[in-house]
Amino acid sequence: MQILKNPHIDYLRWKWPALALSAVVILAGLATIFTRGIPMGIEFAGGTAVVAAFDQDVALDPVRDAINRAFGTESVVHSFGDPGQHQIMIRVPQVGDESGTALSEVVDKVKASLQSAGLPKFDIPYYEAVGPAVGQQLRTQGFWAAVLALGGILLYITFRYQFSFAIGAIIATVHDLLVTLAFLAFFQYDMTLNVIAALLTIAGFSSNDTIVIFDRVRENLRGMRRDSLNDIFNLSVNQTMSRTIITSGTAMLSAVALYLFGGDVLRGFAFTLIVGMISGTYSTIFIAIAVVSMWRGSGPLKAAARAPAAPPSAPQQPTRKSKAQRKARAS
Amino acid sequence: MQNLRWKLITCVAVFILFAGVGVYPIVASWYKLPAPKWLMDRQLKLGLDLQGGVHLVLRVHTDDALRHETEAESERLREPLKTAGMTGATITVDSPTQFKIEGIAPEQDAAFRQAAAAVETNFDRSPGAGGVYTFTMRPNIALNLREEAVTQARQTLERRVNELGVSEPSIAQQGSNNDEILVQLPGVTDINRAKEVMGSPGLLQLKIVEQGPVGSREALLVNGQVPAGMEILPGGSGKAGDAGTSYYLVKRVAAVEGRDLRSARPGIDSTGRPAVNFTLNSEASRKFGEITGANIGRNLAIILDNRVQTAPVINGRITDNGIIEGVGSQEEVQDLSLILRSGSLPAQLSYLQERTIGPTLGADSIRAGLVASLVGLLLVMAFMLVYYKLAGVNAVVALIFNLVILLGLMAYVGAVMTLPGIAGFILTMGMGVDSNVLIFERIKEELAAERGVRASINAGFSRVFLTLLDTHISALIAAAFLFQFGTGPIRGFAVTLSVGLLSNIFTSTFVSKTLFETALANRRQVATLSI
Repeated sequence: MQILKNPHIDYLRWKWPALALSAVVILAGLATIFTRGIPMGIEFAGGTAVVAAFDQDVALDPVRDAINRAFGTESVVHSFGDPGQHQIMIRVPQVGDESGTALSEVVDKVKASLQSAGLPKFDIPYYEAVGPAVGQQLRTQGFWAAVLALGGILLYITFRYQFSFAIGAIIATVHDLLVTLAFLAFFQYDMTLNVIAALLTIAGFSSNDTIVIFDRVRENLRGMRRDSLNDIFNLSVNQTMSRTIITSGTAMLSAVALYLFGGDVLRGFAFTLIVGMISGTYSTIFIAIAVVSMWRGSGPLKAAARAPAAPPSAPQQPTRKSKAQRKARAS
Repeated sequence: MQNLRWKLITCVAVFILFAGVGVYPIVASWYKLPAPKWLMDRQLKLGLDLQGGVHLVLRVHTDDALRHETEAESERLREPLKTAGMTGATITVDSPTQFKIEGIAPEQDAAFRQAAAAVETNFDRSPGAGGVYTFTMRPNIALNLREEAVTQARQTLERRVNELGVSEPSIAQQGSNNDEILVQLPGVTDINRAKEVMGSPGLLQLKIVEQGPVGSREALLVNGQVPAGMEILPGGSGKAGDAGTSYYLVKRVAAVEGRDLRSARPGIDSTGRPAVNFTLNSEASRKFGEITGANIGRNLAIILDNRVQTAPVINGRITDNGIIEGVGSQEEVQDLSLILRSGSLPAQLSYLQERTIGPTLGADSIRAGLVASLVGLLLVMAFMLVYYKLAGVNAVVALIFNLVILLGLMAYVGAVMTLPGIAGFILTMGMGVDSNVLIFERIKEELAAERGVRASINAGFSRVFLTLLDTHISALIAAAFLFQFGTGPIRGFAVTLSVGLLSNIFTSTFVSKTLFETALANRRQVATLSI
């Protein structure tokens, strides 16, 4: 069985429309982030989150009214978990004093305001109170983790391939992160630690995808020194196309399963993965290669990739055929 | 095919080893099968988000410890100054690391310098105008004290948590200044008692009462000021509804402190109410005997966290034991004994983050996570079987292998399974499938180029090996930073991902290749490959 039989599509022809599409999505995302913002989970923003499990079905509105009266309209109220358990997640920006043991006193205020609103009986299976200091620390740590992770990948690819490839991989990865952030903003998912984990996973996956194609480019460069760089790029993307589709498809199966069955806690995580994986596949095919091609110019290539470390036990090079032969076989 | 036999034996041995460590204990605890204890102790543990519990981040106010040290040092100068006749000198503590001595007459300067030498190992002296001297704690001393305070606080918390009887608590230092303590108490849901016991300073001091009790603080002031070397402390329990607070004037430096205790046990006082009996260690008993002997007929203030609990009259020389009355209920007496036994906290603690997860919520999460993992896994396996036919079996075996090694390694390193950890499992499976797909697609390409089956398989594996190395190393780089940055559950994710990436290289290259070779071993002429 074969998904694509020897495709020979000229991906670089689509480089401008692709770049334009990405730019539109990213700019719209940035605009949304600056106007509406991405709601910060309480780990980052500080505040108090409470899950109230009622002993019977409760409408959201009376709960929201009670909470808004006590804590103002910046509070968030939504249902949580399995509908059969009548759980409601309440998040308020307030948090107790960060000295002594007062941090969680807002939890008691939330309880009191629900009790005085005449709602059914409930208990609190979960609460979290985060002081402002923690959020500040996490934000700076998160920023540096992302910068260092990207820098590490950049160095590694420069070491294994060449600088232009590293630039292509990093731009593709940053592209995926920005697109994912844009969609998080469009759909107003909370920025939580889980989502940060998903974003860093996306960074890993995205560079992984790109490296597979670069690896093929490096291999083809060795055998096709007289072809233009653009032809080699297109050929490499085509050769790895089945793999790209199958891999993204199977990873996507897992992510969708996580989204559908993983429960509320993992939904933001799974959503981030799904968007990031789609963007990652797209950027691998259309963005990474386009960036390298623009960085180096598209003419014939004399000083081909330094190509260190040839595969140790590769007896023959199938790619040493000329492009014409390959096309002939394909048709 | 000697070589192949050894490869197969290696695969089976690895599988049995990791299944034994990672999978068997889980199955055994589920079905109550017999298993050695050392194996069950290594069982993969669930994180707080999956089994429920309390997660707290506390900050140690290390300034308190510095101020305590600065005060104690400055008090050490008081006596020598008095004996040297510098009665006009005043000592004030300005900041946690600084105190000031004023009113030194010029002719006393030399004598003062000599007296002050006592504190100059830890403090820098700088003269100011008009007989003023400022003493500043040396930075390395301050740094050491801060580190000591956090370590001591962590150890005290460990003792208190252990005395509370929490099973498998986790207590660790963290934070950019390393002054935060992360406390995780699995299975605990009554957070209030735990918080009370952990956060209480637990500082017991015994001091002779100079004056009091009186009804108001002002009555103890001399010329509107607290007399030098003294302090005014409130009395009573300090609880709500305890009317009529009284005040005592006591010496600033304690005769005996909490760290001099040998033990503290719940008991009853003379009227039969719950009270705490404490015993002093030998050094403190000697000192206590001297003081009580010299002050018969006066009052002894028993001070808990800067509040005079009781102030009984000293009827005779007391050496090594005492009693704290008026604590409250039986449970409060028990908690106080526990706090005193575990030693006092060197500094105040405050809570930065607090999370409680009920056991049912954790159970829901684990169910959802498992269902999602299984559905994802089965879908991926089904796809591989349909798309790659017999070679798909190979991929499925590699996937199961990967899962077993992952469980075994995580159990072996004592990692904790968290919700993001389950997600890490799923992603590892994704990477595992990717490796197989890369290799299989390459083999297909080689087959299409009309190379022989064996040659194609060999080329497929050897060509892809470097690609796999590159992709896995760059993913490991990301995971490493995630581990560095992450706390709790996120670390679980990074650990799962890293361990998974490592086991993945093994299964997708070694195990999978061995399976191919085994399948082809008994066929002399191989014309086709089901892939």
